[in-house]
Amino acid sequence: MEKIVVKNLYKIFGSRAKQARDLLEKGHSKNEIQDKTGAVIGVQNANFTINKGEIFVIMGLSGSGKSTLQRLLNRLLEPTSGTITIEGEEITKLNKKGLREARRKHFCGMVFQQFAILPHRTVLENVAFGLEIQGVSKEDRFAKAQKMIDVVGLSGNEQSFPTQLSGGMQQRVGLARALTVDADILLMDEAFSALDPLIRRDMQDELIELQSKMQKTIVFVTHDLDEALRLGDRIAIMKDGEIVQLGTAEEIIAKPANDYVKAFIQDIDRSEVFTAGSIMQDPREVAHSNDGPRTILRKMQRQGISSIFMVDSNKNFVGRIDADPLAAYLKKHSEDVAQKIPSELIEKTLPLDKETPLQEVMVKIEQVPGPLPVLDEKKHLVGVIVRGAIIAALSSHPEQDETKGEDK
Amino acid sequence: MNFIATIPKLPLDEWVEWFVALLRGNVRWLFDGIRNGLNWVLGNIEGFLSIGHPLILLGILVVLAFVIAGWRMGVFTLLGFGYILNAGLWPEMVQTLSLVVTAEIFILAIGLPLGIWAGRNDKVHTTLRPILDFLQTLPAFVYLIPAVMFFGIGMVPGAVATLIFAIAPLIRLTSLGIRQVPKDLIEASDAFGADEVQKLFKVQLPVARTTIMAGVNQSIMLGLSMVIIAAMAGAQGLGREVLAAIQRVDVGNGFVAGLAVVILAIFLDRLTATFGEKKVTKP
Repeated sequence: MEKIVVKNLYKIFGSRAKQARDLLEKGHSKNEIQDKTGAVIGVQNANFTINKGEIFVIMGLSGSGKSTLQRLLNRLLEPTSGTITIEGEEITKLNKKGLREARRKHFCGMVFQQFAILPHRTVLENVAFGLEIQGVSKEDRFAKAQKMIDVVGLSGNEQSFPTQLSGGMQQRVGLARALTVDADILLMDEAFSALDPLIRRDMQDELIELQSKMQKTIVFVTHDLDEALRLGDRIAIMKDGEIVQLGTAEEIIAKPANDYVKAFIQDIDRSEVFTAGSIMQDPREVAHSNDGPRTILRKMQRQGISSIFMVDSNKNFVGRIDADPLAAYLKKHSEDVAQKIPSELIEKTLPLDKETPLQEVMVKIEQVPGPLPVLDEKKHLVGVIVRGAIIAALSSHPEQDETKGEDK
Repeated sequence: MNFIATIPKLPLDEWVEWFVALLRGNVRWLFDGIRNGLNWVLGNIEGFLSIGHPLILLGILVVLAFVIAGWRMGVFTLLGFGYILNAGLWPEMVQTLSLVVTAEIFILAIGLPLGIWAGRNDKVHTTLRPILDFLQTLPAFVYLIPAVMFFGIGMVPGAVATLIFAIAPLIRLTSLGIRQVPKDLIEASDAFGADEVQKLFKVQLPVARTTIMAGVNQSIMLGLSMVIIAAMAGAQGLGREVLAAIQRVDVGNGFVAGLAVVILAIFLDRLTATFGEKKVTKP
């Protein structure tokens, strides 16, 4: 479901914004326009939709316009032109008062890189700030703030002042302050960038966990690709105020839109990004539990594969059958072949689920001779993973890797 | 180079006199109103501070110092003001204190809103800045002349001159304090949907508090120094004692009156300075 719809959005800083926009449409570059008009392009022609309940990451280097784009969404910055619609309400049309109400209604405030919590207030008073702005009574807002303080793990620090807390704890205050406001959209601007790597990791995990419970629509700005890939359901990559690519982590890594994105992703650890679901192939052929041994061997020969997965009549995964023992069995029992395949020929290989990260897949595939089965939530076989697919996913030229490796 | 002497002198002095005369002639009612108002406030404050025995006020000052600035300051206040009482300068000290307090009330009433306005509005800021520079660099004595012309002789021109002289740092530091509030705090309050009043009272003023209090402290200190000079316009108090001692080359009395000014200055400075530092660093 669409939560935020952005159309033809421009932000140009400087007094000659209109002129700069015209030049932009004629195809002049950001630097040319800055030299000619003194105007700085913040965001140009952004068009995208943010879905309800997703973590939408805006990523780019400093100066790419990512924070600008985020601040346009709640109009902390005024767009030069274009429209932003939140749940059908056109934010860009609102007057001051309407905007204030829209901010209170749709947004959980914002979480900032430098935390931006008030130094003269206690943790409790800070967390209650958003509700205080909305005029919620002291009792109610402190009760709600207390709940959120417990959720983010700050219990016992309610009466502390920000200066007494570590960076990670201060950001928890910032997060709790935002979440206490019971709105749908959470804006996070480089929220974890000022934290130590280990604490950053913890906070990312916690955010993912909180998100699975709260289902907010999160717009997360970061310059850190690993963070973007970890958190983002979808990622928008920005350069010079333009969104150069928008897609899921896998899409961006598998098919980078241009050299800029390619350069960006060349150093990332692909094994953290890909999951079993993203590299699996369709099972070309499966054995059914009522297939006879000869039928199964024929199926394998036809496909030129050395092992096959078996499913029962409900498509539930049963196990793996390897060609060599099956052939040996047929030779030995050429006269009295059983109607059904003997159970000792069915290997109870451990199946993967779609969300298993590639790192784990790599460990598991070392333990078995053949391919690995991938099951969905209903335990149905949905795909297979062969060694070649893993190598393809890890290679740094993903766009050429359309070849489907086949296990011998 | 003789030709320079042949250029007629720019009659700036005449223009100023003409302007002052124009004001005196046409808005006399305004100056009379200000004078009466100031006189009323001054009289009441002085009357209030003089209620009962001097020891009562002394006690109150000591307790204030003790509570706000700690026991050392309490002891200092006891000894210092005890000495002023002993030197027979108590009524003069009360007059000077009333003059400072009166001027400070008006400085706060005018300076704080102006400073806040300048802090939140760039146009106001750029307009006020040269005026403040002018006010602060003009020799303090110069204020006395128009003050005397408009308000006659006595406490009122002293208060007015003090106000104009001492208001600049308060406006400046209030504006500075509000401008120094981190940008992301402002963005945070906007993002939560705060209106301008909420932003001012819940974010800007509390965060700028230390700087603003430094401005209050500065204006009080400048005010006190001006109050002494105001004796030249006929204001009563410690300044007059100092002035009289100078005229009579009376070193001893001059020193004693000067010391009383210093004691009062330290008292006011420590109290307002501690007030600004407090709470922000509260554990």
